[in-house]
Order: sequence, then C-alpha cells, then structure tokens
Amino acid sequence: MDLSLTFQTNDGPVHALKDVNLDVQKGDFVSFIGPSGCGKTTFLRVMADLEQQTAGTITVNGVSPAEARAKRAYGYVFQAAGLYPWRTIGGNIRLPLEIMGYDRADQDARVKRVLELVELGGFEKKFPWQLSGGMQQRASIARALAFDADILLMDEPFGALDEIVRDHLNEQLLHLWGSTNKTICFVTHSIPEAVYLSTKIVVMSPRPGRITDVIDSTLPRERPLEIRDTPEFIEIAHRVRDGLRAGHSDD
Amino acid sequence: MRNVVPVLTVVVAIFALWYVAAIALNAPWAEDKAKRAGVTLTTSQLIADTWSQKKPKLPAPHQVAAEIWKTTGDMALKGRAFSKRSLIYHSWITFSATMLGFILGTGLGIALAIGIVYNRTMDMSVMPWVIASQTIPILAIAPMIIVVLNAIGISGLLPKAIISMYLSFFPVVVGMVKGLRSPGAMELDQMRTWNASGTQSFWRLRLPSSMPYLFTSLKIGMAASLVGAIVGELPTGAVAGLGARLLAGSYYGQTIQIWSALLTAAALAALLVGLIGIVQRYTLRRMGMVR
Repeated sequence: MDLSLTFQTNDGPVHALKDVNLDVQKGDFVSFIGPSGCGKTTFLRVMADLEQQTAGTITVNGVSPAEARAKRAYGYVFQAAGLYPWRTIGGNIRLPLEIMGYDRADQDARVKRVLELVELGGFEKKFPWQLSGGMQQRASIARALAFDADILLMDEPFGALDEIVRDHLNEQLLHLWGSTNKTICFVTHSIPEAVYLSTKIVVMSPRPGRITDVIDSTLPRERPLEIRDTPEFIEIAHRVRDGLRAGHSDD
Repeated sequence: MRNVVPVLTVVVAIFALWYVAAIALNAPWAEDKAKRAGVTLTTSQLIADTWSQKKPKLPAPHQVAAEIWKTTGDMALKGRAFSKRSLIYHSWITFSATMLGFILGTGLGIALAIGIVYNRTMDMSVMPWVIASQTIPILAIAPMIIVVLNAIGISGLLPKAIISMYLSFFPVVVGMVKGLRSPGAMELDQMRTWNASGTQSFWRLRLPSSMPYLFTSLKIGMAASLVGAIVGELPTGAVAGLGARLLAGSYYGQTIQIWSALLTAAALAALLVGLIGIVQRYTLRRMGMVR
C-alpha cells in the first residue's frame, strides 16, 4: 500500500486537519494518538471515504478513497461494536458478505473462519446481548475481517472496555495482525496501547489537527505483554508523551 | 399471569360502581312509576326495579350481558348467527370494514413514511398535511366521503374502509418515520463502508430497526380503524354494523342495545389489538429483540 496525502479539511470554519503528510506501507501497524479534537478520527474517516478532504490528495491502495470503498479495500471497526440486535453473531458477520454478494457456502466458510480467528468459535448462533462487551467488539472485528480487505481501520475499538479486557484484546489483535499481514490504522488515546501495538506511532495535536511526530517503533514484531516493562518500551512511550506535550505547548 | 389479581380487582370495582350508578340514575323513573301506581317502594324493591327496567337511563351489567347473549350465543345456538338481528352479523360487517381500512391505512402509512424518510421534498411538504388531516373532525368528513364515493358509484364496504384508513394511517406514518430514522450515524456509516446500496440499507438496517415502532403504531392504528368503521356506519342510514346498531338504539331509546353494541365494539377492539400484540411478541422474539 502506498498512501500519501497532503490536504486541508475545512469543517466549516474549523481546520480539522491542516497540512497532514503521511506514508503508510503495506503491513504496517500505525497508531494515531493525540488528545480529542486533534483530527485522528477525521483522518481515519477521510481514508474510509466517510469524509472528504477540502484540499490535497490521498490515495488508498493507489486509488482514491471513494474507489477503495467501492472495491471494499478496507474493513472499519467503530468504537461501539454496532452489532444488529436482531441478528445472531453469525448473522452479523454474514451481513457485509450478503451485501457484497458472496454465495451462501462461501459465507458459511468465512463466518466460521473469522470466528475462529477472534476466538469466538461456537458463538455463531448467539445474539449480541448474550455476549460481553469485549466479545461483542471481537465479533465486530471478525465482521471487518470477513471480506478479505487488506486494510483494517480501527477507531478506538477498545475505548469503551476495561483495562483487563483491553490488554487481552490488544494481545489478540497483535496476534491477528501477525498471522494475516494486514495493514492496520488504529486510533487511540492510550499511550501504552499505541506503543504496544504499533510499528509506527503518529502523534497528533489539535487546533488545527496536525502531525507533530512520527515515531518508528524499534520493538520486535513478537511482543508479549511483559514487553511493556522493558526500558525500550518506556523509552518509546516517553517520546510519545514528549510529542504530545510539544503539540500542546505551541497551542 | 401475575397481573390477573389487579385486573380482576379493577373489573370488580368497575362493576360495583356501575351497579351503584344504575341505582342512582334509574331511581327517579322507578319512583315516578310507583307514585303513578299509588304504591310505595321499599329500598330493596326500588333497587330491584332500577336493575330491571326496559329502557333504563343506565342499564345494569347483567341486562347488557343478557342482551349480548341473546343476540350472539343464543342466536348462534339456534343457527341464526348471521341473521340481521344478530350482533355477530353486525360485528362481522364492522370487522371487515375495519380490517380493510387497517390494511389500506398501514400500507399508505408505510409508503408515506418511506417517502418522507428518503425524499427531502416529501419530508418538507407531506408531514404538515398529514398532521392537518387529523385535526379535521372525522364526524364532519365521514358523510362527505360516503356521499362523494356514492356519487361515483362506490358504496358498501369501501367507503367505510376509506374512513378507517383516514384515521389509521396517521399513527403508522408518525411511528414509521421515527422507526426508519432510528439507525444512528454509526450504523449508517457502517453500511457506507461496505458500499451497500440504498435498497440494501433499507431492507437490512432501516426496516428491521423500525419493527418495534411499527407494532406500537399498528396497535393505535387498529383501534383508530375500528372507530373509523363505526363512524362510517352512522351516515349510511343505519343499515348494518355496530355503528348502525348504536344509531338505531339511540333512535328508539334502546339503551340496553346501545350498551351491548358498545361493549361488543370494545371487545372487538381488545381482541384485534391483542392479536397484534401476539404477532408482535412472536416477530420480535424471532428477531431476537425480546430478552
């Protein structure tokens, strides 16, 4: 994937994003971190063609976001699981597949495969309310994975979950990323989460939304949870914190 | 069945009040009669009289019950269930107009709601008219509808059904507009990320989301539809139907007949709304929306 963009969004008179320049390579795990209002979600939404830039260019997989959306090049995971209460977990994962016109046998196979991937095998027939918040969010990730998009856009997917569940899901997500070789763009406002997950951390600051620092992680791809206590991890976290502070000082 | 006791308590209270009211309202006439006959009534005689008059101001429950039985079960047993004097026959006439009007009204209501949700012009223009339509007293417009349709050769069931439709489409429009708009921004964005077409979003997201709203509207619509059918029967010259029974009863001062028609109409409404409730429970359970 080659994604380069320079654009200024005008959300009314508010500059949601100003002169943002970024390259994301295929297979990267990129985190966007910053205080609320820094435009990290807006940035993700532009990539997903849910919002259009007012100036500049952006390409996703070498084409415009609109084309990428039409080709179903990405899966989007929202902050809330957004599962339909009237569909079972299997039915919810099947939903995008139905919309995209996969045949029935293929749908069944894919639902089964992605449920195994997020460790929800056997929950296909359950309704969303029968699952915990963390399990629901895993089901929504499974739904985004079901149709073989190369890119996964995640907008604070674990923001509403408690820390213990979040740790577990982060570990699983890294595992998933390692085994599927997808490109993941991940919005968060937790520093440990960003450092733990990413190969590249994009620090952003608000008014107008812009990138203050891009940090390439030196951590290995294989990351147990304990890596968060190593000096290397703390060093990167420190750089992120500095970047966030710098963004605020010239405010 | 937790609510049997409270419901029964209320029913008993209503009957008690009803009997007391019957005494109070019918006593003057009973005393009048006694005075003309030159006798004085004991209290128990007076009460017995107020509960058994032929044309009481307020008939006692057992009189109404007897009248209902006489014109339904009793006639059915004699094989005359559909004779013109049977309440079953009149209920059937009203029921058929109610159902046809209800189906037409639900269809019109859903169609208008879809138009309002998907078309900005309709959104801006239709809703005020829908609300205005309900501010016109139905009693004023019902005879017009009957007369106008009669003039172009349409009579019988359809004019009454149209009056029913006129009343029942309103709750359906209001409920369905709300229901179809109930999916949040995130759910709509989600559909967009999958590049879903408008029809796909409608069938897979908007319509299922609106189901709880639809059933609530249908219950109100059904009750309104029955009122519409009864009102529609008044200006047709009291031929048939529960409305006609009401009108005929009031012409001849047959209060017992009026009350029996009223109670039958109430029972019919309860039955129809209850039926929708059963369909609602079944549908929502199938959809996993009942926990």
